[in-house]
Amino acid sequence: MTKLKAVFITVLFFALTGLTVYAIEQKMMSIQVKDGVVRSSPSFLGKIVTQLPYGERVSVQATKGAWYLIKKPEKSTDGWMHSSALSMKKIVLKPGASDVQQAASSDEITLAGKGFNQRVENDFISRNPQIDFTWINKMEKTVIPQNQILAFIKEGQLTPKGEE
Amino acid sequence: MNRSSRRQFLRLTCKWSFWSFGVAPILSAFLAGCKTIDSLSKNVPSIQIGDINIDTKTIAENTKLVAHSFEDITPEQEYYIGRTVGAEILQKYRPYTSKKANNYINVMGQMLAQASDRPETFGGYHFLILDSDEINAYAAPGGLIFLTRGILKCCPNEDAVASVLAHEIGHVQHKDGLRAIKQSRLTTALTSIAITGAKTYGHEDLSKLTDTFEDSISDITKTLIVTGYSRSLEYQADLAALNILQRTGYNPKGLVVMLNQMKTQLKPGRQDFAKTHPSPDNRLSEIQKQTAAYSVVKTPKARQTRFEDALKSI
Repeated sequence: MTKLKAVFITVLFFALTGLTVYAIEQKMMSIQVKDGVVRSSPSFLGKIVTQLPYGERVSVQATKGAWYLIKKPEKSTDGWMHSSALSMKKIVLKPGASDVQQAASSDEITLAGKGFNQRVENDFISRNPQIDFTWINKMEKTVIPQNQILAFIKEGQLTPKGEE
Repeated sequence: MNRSSRRQFLRLTCKWSFWSFGVAPILSAFLAGCKTIDSLSKNVPSIQIGDINIDTKTIAENTKLVAHSFEDITPEQEYYIGRTVGAEILQKYRPYTSKKANNYINVMGQMLAQASDRPETFGGYHFLILDSDEINAYAAPGGLIFLTRGILKCCPNEDAVASVLAHEIGHVQHKDGLRAIKQSRLTTALTSIAITGAKTYGHEDLSKLTDTFEDSISDITKTLIVTGYSRSLEYQADLAALNILQRTGYNPKGLVVMLNQMKTQLKPGRQDFAKTHPSPDNRLSEIQKQTAAYSVVKTPKARQTRFEDALKSI
């Protein structure tokens, strides 16, 4: 009996783990932020490997908490991205009429630049000439390099708990 | 294999086949339910069950309409909404232009945002101090966060400042700004967007879309500046803040320190936190359970020195 039980458990184990790996290999996601930063390790402290543009499709190789190990389909290099930068939906960057029709009936497609976009903002400004985006644009230009954050943590004697 | 273990094996097999052949089809039928209603509506306009007549077309249409919620707003659209909400806030307040103070707030804010459940937004998190004695802070959708000199004066140390920033990051994380947009606008906007698409819409479509955009912006700014979010959204933002503080190594009691200070400085009847937020006492009692275990805030000297140095002009 022990032998049969062992065989049964082994088969079940391989069947289940095999399925999991397969499922992860099939998972394709899209970058849903302006600048998709890819890092060498599953943490914001990880070195920046590359940056991927909005809408880029990547395949998810593995996950660790909220971090996904991703790879561009035709490339061999991979890196880690936080899941909040990724979407399950396919993002169509320059949607044509057929994409629009497809998006209307599908929950799996997002049209880039649809709805509220730069054109709408410009139209809003022409209606409200007193509105001023100078400081909003200045705010957006402020980018804090990761080494400055690290120095801030060190100087302030902060001890961050491991990222989950 | 003896008799009893064979029986055990058979029982196990039966159990597994029950789950795979019995429950799975029921589950998948349930999951396919929406599709069924959809396809029903095309062929059969109504179903008669006893005396009740069910109009399947209406059910299908309503299902589609209900699906149009704030969750359907893409991060890219959230970004454009946030920019204009931010510009509207800056119609009411002047920015406080000290580079040193704003840089301090941005480095701290960025670190806190990275520890939140939503560290990445379309355009990222950015922070700005407003030149006002009023006690206030705002989070525009997508991560543009504003805080007044007045609320910074309620902070005797860095851990307290971090609690204000983390609370606002909590609102961005929970998309509370987008929740303030009335459902009717979403239904109109998202339906017309779905039909007309992006690059193809003409002048009239653009004009309609801008109407909806203007209305949505006004829903959000009215909530942020005049009416405030619901109490429960505020408490949830406080809980998110406690989490972020704890993850970054700040003392979650920083929020307690800030609220106690705010209590002494808020003046009733003013258009500030007193009007748009639950009272500091209520917020304190809501977070008591989570903060009770922590000791009083004692910040290291270096942290206190840089805090005082960065914000001394406030």
